[in-house]
Amino acid sequence: MSDLTRMTASEIASLVAGGETSAVEVTRAHLDRIAAVDDRVHAFLHVDTDGALAAARSVDERRAAGEELGPLAGVPVAVKDVLATRGVPTTVGSKILEGWRPPYDATIVQRLREAGTVMLGKTNMDEFAMGSSTEYSAYGPTHNPWDLSRIPGGSGGGSAAALAAYEAPLAIGSDTGGSIRQPGAVTGTVGAKPTYGGTSRYGLVAFSSSLDTPGPCARTVLDAALLHQVIGGHDPRDSTSIPQPVPDVVAAAKLGATGDLTGVRLGIVSEFVGEGAEPGVMAAFRESVDALAKLGAEIVEVSCPTFAYALPAYYLIAPSECSSNLARFDGVRFGLRVGDDGNRSLEEVMSLTRETGFGPEVKRRIMIGTYALSSGYYDAYYGQAQKVRTLITRDFTAAFERVDALISPTTPSVAFPMGARTADPYQMYLADLYTIPANLYGGPGISVPCGISEGLPVGLQVMAPTMADDRMYRVAAALESAIGTFTPPAL
Amino acid sequence: MAAISREEVAHLARLSRLAVTEEELDMFAGQLDVILQAVAQVGEVAAADIPPTSHSVPLTNIFREDVVTPCLTPQEALSGAPDAEDQRFRVPRILSEDVAS
Repeated sequence: MSDLTRMTASEIASLVAGGETSAVEVTRAHLDRIAAVDDRVHAFLHVDTDGALAAARSVDERRAAGEELGPLAGVPVAVKDVLATRGVPTTVGSKILEGWRPPYDATIVQRLREAGTVMLGKTNMDEFAMGSSTEYSAYGPTHNPWDLSRIPGGSGGGSAAALAAYEAPLAIGSDTGGSIRQPGAVTGTVGAKPTYGGTSRYGLVAFSSSLDTPGPCARTVLDAALLHQVIGGHDPRDSTSIPQPVPDVVAAAKLGATGDLTGVRLGIVSEFVGEGAEPGVMAAFRESVDALAKLGAEIVEVSCPTFAYALPAYYLIAPSECSSNLARFDGVRFGLRVGDDGNRSLEEVMSLTRETGFGPEVKRRIMIGTYALSSGYYDAYYGQAQKVRTLITRDFTAAFERVDALISPTTPSVAFPMGARTADPYQMYLADLYTIPANLYGGPGISVPCGISEGLPVGLQVMAPTMADDRMYRVAAALESAIGTFTPPAL
Repeated sequence: MAAISREEVAHLARLSRLAVTEEELDMFAGQLDVILQAVAQVGEVAAADIPPTSHSVPLTNIFREDVVTPCLTPQEALSGAPDAEDQRFRVPRILSEDVAS
């Protein structure tokens, strides 16, 4: 049998379903790979060896008993440490939750279990999903498998690196401003942000509740679609969950893979192909646009003038919501408590706990949000940002009257060296320049590998109207069929 | 001109329940100033008559049937608590000594 860790999720699933290999064998191969490379990559915060093998055995038993198994049964998956996993440590990359073992599963985790996937463990992330490099993890950074001295993107750098290092064929991420798509782009993997409300936030540790969107990460577009189908759909336990079925993203990926985009109109976002992006990124993007045109797509340029203000609007809205959401970390119900000596007041203990448990980026964002929401500043900052959000949504709506989907580079640059932006928080924010508009609008976006610049992968982003997630999978799969996938150098 | 002073950052830290150190105040004052000056760009957009968007999904008032479903046991709910007593979360004192006496 050839190396199981090099296979796609759909290949693994069909081998398991056909009895040509077992879920246990597949799981062991990935656990062995993690043991061999993760001391260098540090994609995982926790590897659940026993839980993974138990889940794999259960799949094998069910198959032996003749049970009908789902399309991803027996396939290992790595889960970003932002999702609650019953009995399995969940830290959100923060010291404030060190050692916490949730008493319940997030809906997405529950659906992964019911589908017979095998959770290998929890992946590293920027603390509370705030960051673009995974360097803000309280447990040390993750390294990009393409070049270990470079960042794997963030906040979901662990999930993306686990895929690129062949430690897992599938992973779950969460995307508030680009945390699935940007890591996908800089690691040469596929990352999809579903329509907001298309995937459940129940059990997802909240950062910015009006933006947070969990979604699939994989090495191929079809695998991402298969995972999307498993985790997506209405959840009564999430009041912002959309009560409609997920569009058939798997069929769309298969249709795209036929390489025919006749009749599909794609709009290049004018504002994102100017001077902001690196020349190598632009070159790879332009070549991909040519490839899409050869597949039959009609390409036009579309101006979305308010997108230029998406980044500042986002860095008011997300911190505002975070300053409210993270108030729950008060040292009372879960996590760390510091300085409770019997004399200090609750407020003093709370302040010491939060000071000790939160890292610098989280503190910055809590304070920015507190500022933006305070009386006297509310209208000029948070209120104005919400109005800009309306205008960004109108730009999207107008664009989708002309085109079926929008395309742009996913990120302005390839993976930057570790340490390059940690001293200047605003420089770090710029990594999300092209991904943030879709979050403010709520529509889906996917990053698919589209070329190489300076030996490092470049991603192309496809954005679609809300609840038209299938469109982006079709376009992404078509591009993948034309230019192939990209393999990092051996670790 | 700076968007925010060191004193204002100290005030924000108090509001945010963060017992920040003097060194952190020095660092944050400069960083928050850069960030706030950058995000203030939203003010360049003419949006006086534009309604705000708080959320991308136009859903309101999600109801469900009032049916009892399984939930966490007290033991499970308290399993992550730093301190618990008599099936309740135990907290540091919330009143000052003179009020309490």
